[in-house]
Amino acid sequence: MIFVSKKKTRKASTWILDGNHAAAQGAKLSRVQVIAAYPITPQSPVTETLSEFVERRELGAQYIAVESEHSALAVCTSASMVGARTFTATSAHGLAYMHEMLHWAAGARLPVVLACVNRAIGAPWSVLNDQQDSISQRDTGWIQIYARNNQEILDSIIQAYKIAESVYIPVMVCYDGYILSHTEMPVDVPTQEDVDRFLPQYKPHTILDPANPKNYNLVTLANPRVNAEGVLCHGYMELRYLLQEALQNSRETITTVGREFGELFGRSYARMFWEDRLDDADIIIVAMGSLAMEAIVAADMLREAGHKVGILGLRVFRPFPKSDVVQALEKARLVVVFDKNISYGIEGATCSEIKSALYGSPARAVIRNFIVGLGGRDVKARELVDAVNKSLLSLKEGVLNKEYPEWICAI
Amino acid sequence: MTESQEYYLCMQDYYEIRWHGRGGQGAITAAKILAQAAYLEGYQGVTAAPSFGAERRGAPVSASTRISPQTIMVVSQVENPNVVIVLDHTLLKYQEVTSGLVKGGWLIVNSWRPPKELDIKGDFNIATADATGVCSSLGLAVAGLTVVNTAILGAFIRATEAVGMASIEKAIRERFSNGEVGINLAAIAQTYEITKLEKIG
Repeated sequence: MIFVSKKKTRKASTWILDGNHAAAQGAKLSRVQVIAAYPITPQSPVTETLSEFVERRELGAQYIAVESEHSALAVCTSASMVGARTFTATSAHGLAYMHEMLHWAAGARLPVVLACVNRAIGAPWSVLNDQQDSISQRDTGWIQIYARNNQEILDSIIQAYKIAESVYIPVMVCYDGYILSHTEMPVDVPTQEDVDRFLPQYKPHTILDPANPKNYNLVTLANPRVNAEGVLCHGYMELRYLLQEALQNSRETITTVGREFGELFGRSYARMFWEDRLDDADIIIVAMGSLAMEAIVAADMLREAGHKVGILGLRVFRPFPKSDVVQALEKARLVVVFDKNISYGIEGATCSEIKSALYGSPARAVIRNFIVGLGGRDVKARELVDAVNKSLLSLKEGVLNKEYPEWICAI
Repeated sequence: MTESQEYYLCMQDYYEIRWHGRGGQGAITAAKILAQAAYLEGYQGVTAAPSFGAERRGAPVSASTRISPQTIMVVSQVENPNVVIVLDHTLLKYQEVTSGLVKGGWLIVNSWRPPKELDIKGDFNIATADATGVCSSLGLAVAGLTVVNTAILGAFIRATEAVGMASIEKAIRERFSNGEVGINLAAIAQTYEITKLEKIG
């Protein structure tokens, strides 16, 4: 975490940062007020760094040490309910342990932000990277953003607060363990002044207030019901409908916030996914997280060999950018989806989303799914190239969609 | 050589450096200092990473630095380095130390032996410097252990000329406290002077 140089064009400094320090800087610049976390590899440096900021009084936040990840998110949820801007970070088993509270934060519509440093889940034990942990929490009602590099980690955390506090949905910013969390690279760190302009002080709609005692999130019956004041209140299902509706509508907020961020900091996040050379592409690689960077190298190599290859790098997985994905993939004859996760018994989770998005659209691309990089297995650009070539070959042989994914592994 | 390596090594000024040391020798710190120095030198793309997983004091560890005039897109681990730096010459007995080192690349070893006497065959250049000797005479030690991770940067500059001494000095000044800067810079400069190069024909 070293200061390097001041740039004249923007009022930012370029630091050489690993992903965990980029995340900690993002939280600090967002002026978080309550941090509660429990250490777990490879996330620990995030909260260690934040605790140092608090200790040195560089960050006016309360750092609450807890005995588990479940409690960490319980603290963040409670602090959020009384109106604080809260942050936590975890990985793998820690995220799994938070599972119940993930539902609680989303169900209670609290703008909590969580950094998930993607790590494989046991058994068998592994501390290395894949995306099974956050994908397993897909249906908890959180917005999920995946970063391709350390700059995007910092930028996404700042944006996450603005998004969460606009739509009242918690946001999970996910990034690959070790590949990003422990790898240093240049990161522009904006000034506090600029971040304050983008993300004003949190104005909570305080839910719990001792001066105005209320019950909240009580047992909610199946059907709407009249309360003590004679007002007809939602049943459980109406509240669920509203969460889904909020997720659907959040797409506009996410892209607007991303555009505004670009106007101020010169890095636009106006799309829910990253595009690379899609204009003339008839073969499209889909990947999420740092793999979408490696895919750029693969596309370079495939282009060199005469293939028109483009990349769709998924940035926002929930809400899923359905119509935009359809538009992007419409002209492709082959879509190769790489997943660092597996929904056992079917296929990679992003592949299912892509297929579901394309159903009923004019797109007629053949879709191939490859499971890669589980438990830290290194994924090389040349392996992505091989997978695309293999898909092209089988396509030539008349094989259309396969029932199950292929795996890039020794079996 | 793999296809991606051929693709990237045809780029000028692109370095993939793999560090080998023992846990506690500071290979990871050195990988980071070099990345930072390269950025200060004007390279737009720099990355520094440990080998992923657990590390133990005394056990063989590795790290990597990538340096490029352009932003680095590769996130996979270094497979075919064009520079390998070895902080402890006893690690040379392990095959993975020189594994994948490309033709015409550099093997840089902390050793009092001249390159020819290392008894290593390969189509790469070899540089050696007795960084341990330099550091122990300067008294550069942490917890009683001589540390050569910064000193060996002198041999790196001498062999590859990828980064200038001025950028290394700036990076050292950013990372170390005032009291530590002088001794580290002296170690780098002295190691630079005594580095012996053996180029393949």
